Order: sequence, then C-alpha cells, then structure tokens
Amino acid sequence: MSAVARVRWAVIVATSVALVATGCSSTSSGGGGGGGNANGIVTAWWGDPANPLEPANTNEVNGGAVLDMIYTGLVAYDPKTSKAGNAMAESITSSDQQNWTVKIKPGWKFSDGTPVTAASFVDAWNYGALSTNKQVGSSFFQYIQGYKDVAPTSGSPAAQTMSGLKVVDDTSFTVALSQKFSTWPQTLGYAAYYPLPKSFFTDHAAFLDKPVGNGPYTIAAWTKSQKMQLRPNPDYSGSNKPKNAGIDLKVYTDTNAAYADLQAGNLDVDNGLPNSALKTIQSDLSGRFLNQPAGIIQTISFPLYQSDWSTGNAKLVRQGISMAIDRATITKVVFNNTRTPATDFTSPVLGDSGGYKEGLCGDTCKLNAAKAKQLIQQGGGIPGGQLTISYNADGPHKEWVDAVCNSINNAMGDTKACVGRPVGTFADFRNQVHGKQMTGGFRTGWQMDYPLIQNFLQPVYVTGASSNDSGYSNKAFDAKVSQANGEADAAKAVADYQDAEKMLATDLPAIPLWYQNGTVGWSSRASSVMLNPFSVPVYTEITVK
Amino acid sequence: MGRYVIRRLLQMIPVFIGTTFLIFVMVHALGDPVNALFGDRAPDPAVAEKIREQYNLNDPLWLQYLKYMGKLFRWDFGTTFSGQSVTSLLATAFPTTLKLTAVAFTIEVIFGIGLGLLSGLRRGRVADNSVLILTLVVISIPTFVTGYVLQYLVGVKWGAAPATVGDQVTLDRLILPGVVLASVSLAYVARLTRTTVVENVRADYVRTAVAKGLPRRRVVVNHLLRNSLIPVVTFLGTDLGALMGGALVTERIFNIHGVGYYLYQGIVRQNSNTVVGFVTILVIIYLAANLLVDLLYAVLDPRIRYA
Repeated sequence: MSAVARVRWAVIVATSVALVATGCSSTSSGGGGGGGNANGIVTAWWGDPANPLEPANTNEVNGGAVLDMIYTGLVAYDPKTSKAGNAMAESITSSDQQNWTVKIKPGWKFSDGTPVTAASFVDAWNYGALSTNKQVGSSFFQYIQGYKDVAPTSGSPAAQTMSGLKVVDDTSFTVALSQKFSTWPQTLGYAAYYPLPKSFFTDHAAFLDKPVGNGPYTIAAWTKSQKMQLRPNPDYSGSNKPKNAGIDLKVYTDTNAAYADLQAGNLDVDNGLPNSALKTIQSDLSGRFLNQPAGIIQTISFPLYQSDWSTGNAKLVRQGISMAIDRATITKVVFNNTRTPATDFTSPVLGDSGGYKEGLCGDTCKLNAAKAKQLIQQGGGIPGGQLTISYNADGPHKEWVDAVCNSINNAMGDTKACVGRPVGTFADFRNQVHGKQMTGGFRTGWQMDYPLIQNFLQPVYVTGASSNDSGYSNKAFDAKVSQANGEADAAKAVADYQDAEKMLATDLPAIPLWYQNGTVGWSSRASSVMLNPFSVPVYTEITVK
Repeated sequence: MGRYVIRRLLQMIPVFIGTTFLIFVMVHALGDPVNALFGDRAPDPAVAEKIREQYNLNDPLWLQYLKYMGKLFRWDFGTTFSGQSVTSLLATAFPTTLKLTAVAFTIEVIFGIGLGLLSGLRRGRVADNSVLILTLVVISIPTFVTGYVLQYLVGVKWGAAPATVGDQVTLDRLILPGVVLASVSLAYVARLTRTTVVENVRADYVRTAVAKGLPRRRVVVNHLLRNSLIPVVTFLGTDLGALMGGALVTERIFNIHGVGYYLYQGIVRQNSNTVVGFVTILVIIYLAANLLVDLLYAVLDPRIRYA
C-alpha cells in the first residue's frame, strides 16, 4: 500500500466509523416514541434521582415525584388546600394521641397483583427504620416506639423490628409512639410511609430496577439516567385516576436544554425552569406559566453555639440584621418574583387554619434601616466586626447573598459590614454546618415534608432536633411544642405552635428571608397543569391534545 | 518498532497510576459526601455510619485507593449512590460520546482540511481572506455561546433540527451539536492546513510534479496534500482525545447523556467511583491516542524511524 493510499484509507476509515457509529443508532430510535407525538402521553422534565427508588430512601424532589405517582399512602394531601385526607386509610384513631390504630381500605392491590395489607405497611416501615438497610429517610420513624433499638446512634441494632408496630389483622395495625403527637396521622402522606409489596423483600435487585407500587401509575419502562415511562395502573383503586394515557419523564442534563425543548414543542411540562428564562417566560410561553408558593422557606441561621452569638446583645444584633434586609427589592430583582418576602417561620401553603400567620414576625422582618443600625450598635456591633454569610457555591446562591450583604452594608453605612463566604460544594458546606464550625451567618432552607406547622418548627428549632443547625435551645419553646403535640383539638394545637413560633421571632435563631415559589411552564398541547404544595406538578390531572 | 511500542506501553503504567491517584485525592479533598445525601437534614448517625462503611470511607485514603484499584482490575468499578453500577454508566455514556465525537471529527476533517486547502491554494485572494476571518470569528467565540445561539436559532426559532438529543442518539440529532463541538478544532485544522499547504506549494517536488505535466488534481491531492497533512494528523490525533473528554459543555447544552454529563454529575454528587472510573477510561483513551499518533507519524513520513 502506497503512502497516498494509506492516507486516503485513514480518511475513509475516520468517516465510515462516524457513519457506522451514528447509523447504528438510527434503527433503535423507532421505538422511542418521544418528542410528545404519541397520543395522550405527557412528556415531562425530570432530573436523575440521587438515591435508589425506595420509599424510605428518597429525600429529594426527583425521586419523590415518581414515588408519588406509583404509590398511594395512608393519607394524601389536597394539591390546592394542602389538607391531609385519608387515601388508603379507612381511619386512623387514638384516644391518647400516642397509641394509634390504623385501619386500611380492603381490596387494594399492588400493580403486581398482590394485595396491600397491614403487613405491607408494617414491614415497609420496619425496613426503612433498620439502620443496616441504609435508608436516608430512616429518621422519619423516630417517633415510633423501639426506633432506638433498630437504629442506635452507634453499634449494631439490638432488634430487627420496632416494638411499637403490631399487625392486628389484614386490614389493621397499631402504632405506639414514644411521645404524644396529635398531628401524627397527617404526616403519613410522606413518601417514607408508603407500603411495600412482598417482592421488595424477596427480590430486591429486581424491585430497584422496576419499583412496584399501589398508586395511579406503574413504571412501564425505565432507562436509568435517561427516561422513565409511566402508564396508568389498571389495578388502581383510588380516586386520582390519571386523565392522560401516561407520563414520559425525560432526564435533562441542564435546565436550559429542557427549556429549549419546551419552546420547540418537544416537551409538555417543565418544572425545572432555569432562572435565566424567568424574565421573558410570560411572552415566550404566551402565559402558559405558573408561579405559586411552595412549602419552602429560606432563612439565614446563626451559630448560637458560639459564645459571641449566644448573648442577649447578639439577639439585638440579629434583630438589627433582619431589619436591614430589603426583602421586597431582592425578591423582585434577583428572583423575578419567584420568592415572596417572609413574615413568619412557616409557609403560605399551610393556609390560615393550618398555622400560617402573615406578619407573625412583626417589625423584625420589615425593612427599617435606621432602626437596624441603632439595634446593631446597641448590641455592641456585629460579633467579630464583620458579618459573613456562608453558602454553597455549587448552588444558585451567590447573587442573593451578595444582595443581602449590600442591604446590610447600606443600612450600616459601611461597605465592609457584611460579605458572602462561598463554600465549594453542598457536601462540604453541610459538613461545616454539622461540625458546628460556623462563625457567622449561614444559608439554611427548609422544605416541608408534610404540610403541617409542626414540620416547620419541631425538626428545625427544638433542642437537639435533626435539622437544628443553629444549635437553638429554649426550654419554653420545647415545652410549648410538646404541649401542642399532645393537643387533640387541631385549632388549639395550631394556636400553641404559633405561641412557640412567636418566641422564635424574638430570639431569632434564624432570620426568615422569603418563601420559595414553585414554577412550571407547559407547551400549547398541555392543559390543566397545576403544582401541589411541594412544587411538583399534579401529573394525574394533566391532559394533552 | 515493536520495542518502541513496548517501551511506550510500559511508560503508560506510572502515568496511569499517577493520574488515577491524583483524581482520587482531588475528589476526596472535596470532603465527606455522605452528609450531602441527607440534604438539609442532619444525617441519622447510625445510617450515615453504615453508608460510610459500604463505600470504605472510614479507611485512610491510600487504603481506599488500593481497594478501589484492586476491584478495578477485576473490572468492578463500584456503584453510584443511586445504586447503579459504574460499568453500566460507562456502557451507556461512551457509545453516546463516541457517536458525537465521530460526527464532530468527520465534520472537522472534511471541512477543516477542505477549507485549509482552498485557502492555501488561493493565498492572498478573497477565498483565503474569508476563511481567515471566518476561523478567527469561530476561535474567538466560546463554545457555549455558539451552542446556545445555534440551538435557539436552528432548534427553537426555525425548527429546522431537533433542539436537543436526549435518549435518541441519531445522526440528524447529532449534526447540530457535532457542528458546535467541531467548530473550534475545525478552525485550527483549517489554519494549520493552510500554512503547510502554502509552505509546500513552492517545494521542489511540487514544481517537479507540475513540470512532469501531471494533471493539477494529482499534483494537489497526491503530492501537495499528502506531505502537508503530517502536522495536521498529529493535531487531529490529540484532538480526538480532547473531543471525547471535553464535550462537557456541548453535552449539557444539547442534553446528551455522554461522558461529560456523567462526569459532571459525579463531581456534583462527589461520587468518587463515577469520577475515577470515567477518568480512568479517558486516561487510557488519551494514552492510546497519543501512541497511535506517534506511530502514524512514522507511517506518513518514512524518514521517521522508531528503533
């Protein structure tokens, strides 16, 4: 072979490799059926779940969205009012707010044909709590008696099952809690409490490839990290029957790519809208866009475990800092109105009867630059002379942290009163928060697990609670919360929680910033798109032309 | 020749161990990944401990590395936090990226060499100047700008081509990202080809070929272009590795689930198994591509001998 021929040959090989490589795939595309062309099937944005799809092992929105479609729990939350109502439960009753009897509706089936019984719940909960099963949501079972035996803080579990759970018969079981908890039944709509079929325990690997549930949809096909096809479950016995022929979830590498597909008509529902699109979205989508409150509140917490932040004077400083922040302008300019200035420690999605109280925080959460400066000076100035606000730099936080700092600097008339302190990754940031290494303010956010005022207070502010990042400890507050937990009457319980919340407004372990909204855009084919209080689309209601 | 190849292969071993160890250290320098799994909630200590045990996170770093490499040689790349085996990710990611690279590489070779030849043969004329200006523009615009602009214009506004690739990795969907990915390298290839063609067009052997009365086509293709291609092939060889590993931006813009996307995902979630696994394969590809280029050099130019 001459050299010329060799060169020519090399070029031919390069091109033909290209053609073969791409040619191979074109045949496989026929069965895909994506792009929203199939009749009645909704294509929707999705992100790759961070954990395996097991009910007690899912704590983020992408895995949660799928679990909500393929499972029905004991209770479910109304997408509009956030009220908890019985779904699979016939009744959940207790005379002392501590020992509960759960009766489930008979006749329900998992999509593999096996019946949903009381044991389906009890086995699932025992599995979720046992520490050797490594479920990230195991702490949701901490109120059940015997939790400490299956998940001791160190060493191996002393028991395999929780002593507080007992199956009575096929349709009822009893639950003994370790404390009074009047609103406990309303927490049971969370994913960790879903039932599991027998196959979960007998063939775990197969289950993880294709989870089986009792919800309105079943998983028809799942190409991991790429796409999931959900189709209506023919065995579904509940009231939320799908109004479409199925949902195709498409994993996107980037929110901008999804938005391009939405505009080009290749995607029907997009609830992962990029910030950059929000300015023009109304005209881009001709109004097919929804921006409504979700159960998420953003706060700045303070390290009350540091001696200079735990004094009475530091309390005045925190109040001053809160009054220095121009929430209204920041939510408008930085967030394009996808945040609402916060005036309490909960979320508007709870509704007035659920415990949300506008203005509970009072003047402390209102901009008043002069008063702010006066309070900070009265408190002896910012501890350390300069306020730092730490945040994880891998999330979209730099802009608003800088804006908050600007607000504070303006109020203080000092360009160095406040600076942002970026931490490289979310994991490292959380490590520092856990290790109690913070010396100034730091970003905290709380996304509710279930729409109850209890969920905004107990896990975040009670002494030693799982998400009490500021190290706040107030006996009066703890007592008020546990009093509320033992209160049988819902309205009285809410009033007690709010009394506790008022203590937060003066102690200010964290400064409420704003409530986060959920956003969703949809194509001209889709209609009846709405968001539930967890900012996830209500998939069963969506219809497409 | 054979001894040269063996020597090069042996040299690869320390390079391979060094790079994988560096990546391993770098991913671990980011901190403990377990807390992030629990989101804004404090991890349950018992569960966090069990997860750390599963991923050997309690061992000293060197032992973790040894355990990891030990499994690697049995073709076990470990699993991600979402329970997928890294081998299955490799199996979906590399074919996808390979297809994208093949499309981009083809565009790069055909248009890069074509434009370079055109420009070199018509030195100083309109065609030459237009190519120079065009390549200058392409080189100076970052890839993500070209990517988003082309995606918006072609994919969204005119609807001439699909805006994203997604799970259907087909030729028609890959052309747009292929053009974006190839654009910068294409400009370099065109400029490189032009320079060598201009140099060689006055060479003695070209004059001899013309004097022999050979048709112009033969002179250009068989004599001029063949000799001009030597530096271009070197560039293309190394660029093949760069295209495979460096498609991160393009893959994100066009929703291509390839190497770049999984690497990014692995870094964000601090999953050392994913990151080190992918980098290991990329290192092997780079090393192989480099070796191949050096060998190809000798094939193209008989004066170069490896003993």
